[in-house]
Amino acid sequence: MSTVLVLVHHDDGVIRKSSLELLTLARRLGDPAAVVHGDAGDALAEALGRHGVTTVYAIAPPDPESYRPAVEALALAQLAARTAPVAVLITSGPSGTEVAARLAVRLDGGIITDAVQVRAEAGGPVATQSVFAGAWLVEGRVRRGTPVITVRPNAVTPEPAAEPVTPQVERVELAEPVPAAVPRVVARRAKAATGRPELTEATVVVAGGRGVGSAEGFALIERLADELGAAVGASRAATDLTWCPHELQIGQTGKTVAPQLYLAGGISGAIQHRAGMQGSRTIVAINKDPKAPIFQIADFGVVGDVHTVLPALIDEIAKRRG
Amino acid sequence: MKIAVLIKYVPEATASWRFADDRALDRDGVEGRLSELDEYAVEQAIRLAEAGAATEISYLTMGPPRAVDALRKALAMGGDRAVHVVDDALHGTDAAGTAAVLAAALRRIEADLIICGMASTDAEMSVLPVMVAERLQLPAVVNAAVLKVADGSLTVERDTEDATEEVVAPLPALVSVTDRSGEARYPSFKGIVAAKRKPVTTWSLADLEIPADRVGAGGAATEVLAVRPSPPREAGTVITDEGDAAARLADFLAANKLL
Ligand SMILES: Cc1cc2nc3c(=O)[nH]c(=O)nc-3n(C[C@H](O)[C@H](O)[C@H](O)COP(=O)(O)OP(=O)(O)OC[C@H]3O[C@@H](n4cnc5c(N)ncnc54)[C@H](O)[C@@H]3O)c2cc1C
Ligand SMILES: Nc1ncnc2c1ncn2[C@@H]1O[C@H](COP(=O)(O)O)[C@@H](O)[C@H]1O
Repeated sequence: MSTVLVLVHHDDGVIRKSSLELLTLARRLGDPAAVVHGDAGDALAEALGRHGVTTVYAIAPPDPESYRPAVEALALAQLAARTAPVAVLITSGPSGTEVAARLAVRLDGGIITDAVQVRAEAGGPVATQSVFAGAWLVEGRVRRGTPVITVRPNAVTPEPAAEPVTPQVERVELAEPVPAAVPRVVARRAKAATGRPELTEATVVVAGGRGVGSAEGFALIERLADELGAAVGASRAATDLTWCPHELQIGQTGKTVAPQLYLAGGISGAIQHRAGMQGSRTIVAINKDPKAPIFQIADFGVVGDVHTVLPALIDEIAKRRG
Repeated sequence: MKIAVLIKYVPEATASWRFADDRALDRDGVEGRLSELDEYAVEQAIRLAEAGAATEISYLTMGPPRAVDALRKALAMGGDRAVHVVDDALHGTDAAGTAAVLAAALRRIEADLIICGMASTDAEMSVLPVMVAERLQLPAVVNAAVLKVADGSLTVERDTEDATEEVVAPLPALVSVTDRSGEARYPSFKGIVAAKRKPVTTWSLADLEIPADRVGAGGAATEVLAVRPSPPREAGTVITDEGDAAARLADFLAANKLL
């Protein structure tokens, strides 16, 4: 079977959920080969094997450390030249997109971004994209060069392989030096840990907008999120008003989410916001304006005031969970 | 320092978008405009010129004849001149082809700093900036919220998936800016009048020495097999809170195994 190169990210050996999703898709296209940054320890290799990875390529980081997207793009280009994969799969998002874009130019092939589904076909993998704020589905494929495909997190449910395998681990030295003129990260402040799930990976997202009225109002969104074990999201209006950090913004210029449940409080549902959440399985909206556009896409809508509905809902859920 | 700003002419966000028979976005049937996200790129360029850091601003777009409106709008905001790559053979060009064309044009423009928007509001791929930079062998820093230029280098503050970073790159370089980089100005009446006298150069594929078989739908590295409207969401239930909304909402969540 032919190789599918998958760029895998992990935290100290724990594979990110979005990478597990890529491996799930990759198994439908061929033999998944994982490309990881730095050493792959035994635990990581074993976990990758459970997800059907037959080969692990561990990129030896250049010394001194270099710009990570540049290193990943170089390594993937080198491995693609060697393994002639049916596709290279990368997670959507700013850094993944950067790697994919560099790689596609190096391989002189086509790129498909933000796929929500990928399936095998005789003429090569066919990717489905959800475009125009989720209003249209586009099926496309790469017809020149190695297909480079970025996949939206949460598009598929990650599943282990039917039969675990023991992957071969190979250390990969970059054959070509990273260009001297690459960006250099001179300062880095990691986002404060919230204890909540990562927004793009969460199965439940509770999001607040201008309608929550204040930072204190936004705290109701956070309380409900914690009651549900959910991630917290926001409209641009709420982040611009600094009721919550910018990284919680959902939409065209924020994150794209596709959870099982998206619960919006005080969000009108502007097209730019819908672009980032329309793919959610179930949408619930609380808004005091019955004409708010969010109700057009809501599975369950409550016309009401967030300041009364949210506290009551938090109590109700706490009561039912006993 | 010379700046080139990459801008795109896109359909209005509020227009009802549809696909034409060739499965490309129907751009003729809808109003177009300078992409709102590229206005932020224009704004940053003008601010650098106002601060004395830039001596010349050129705008570059690849698009149909009407795309000149985007260039005029940018010139009305500020800046000096514009280049429009327009050619019938370009219809249906994909990201790879667009990057090749823009890179060829930029080789002729010779800018020290290239500024892009974070994404086009129609294609929304966010790949063009990096693809252009890769072709030109330039460092690229995407998603800048704050942008500074001094001593031959570019310093950017940005948010990544899990951190806030300060990133430095030597010039020449390419940067894309987000909608948090600073509100874009409206063109003044004086600016609109002045823009009419600013030069707009038109380049064809032949001018750029790009073979026609690398662009257009025929030269695209990707192909669209099918387009269809997303299945409509089933009409949902909307209730009005009469004191019982929380209980009914909880019932809905429980019935759908979401609690
Ligand atoms: C280029 C561009 C990119 C953009 N990108 C994004 C993006 O990525 N994400 C994004 O979210 N936006 C984005 N926007 C902004 C977007 O157009 C909207 O302005 C924004 O989403 C509005 O946020 P909102 O729904 O919170 O506020 P509003 O539109 O002001 O809506 C507030 C809602 O709260 C309701 N409300 C008020 N009080 C209460 C109450 N007490 N109880 C219940 N409901 C109440 C109101 O009825 C109203 O519907 C972008 C805009 C542009 C031009
Ligand atoms: N046809 C084009 N002409 C000029 N610039 C473009 C064009 N398409 C994209 N760009 C630039 O690339 C950025 C990202 O576009 P995209 O990759 O399509 O999301 C835009 O914000 C523009 O700055």
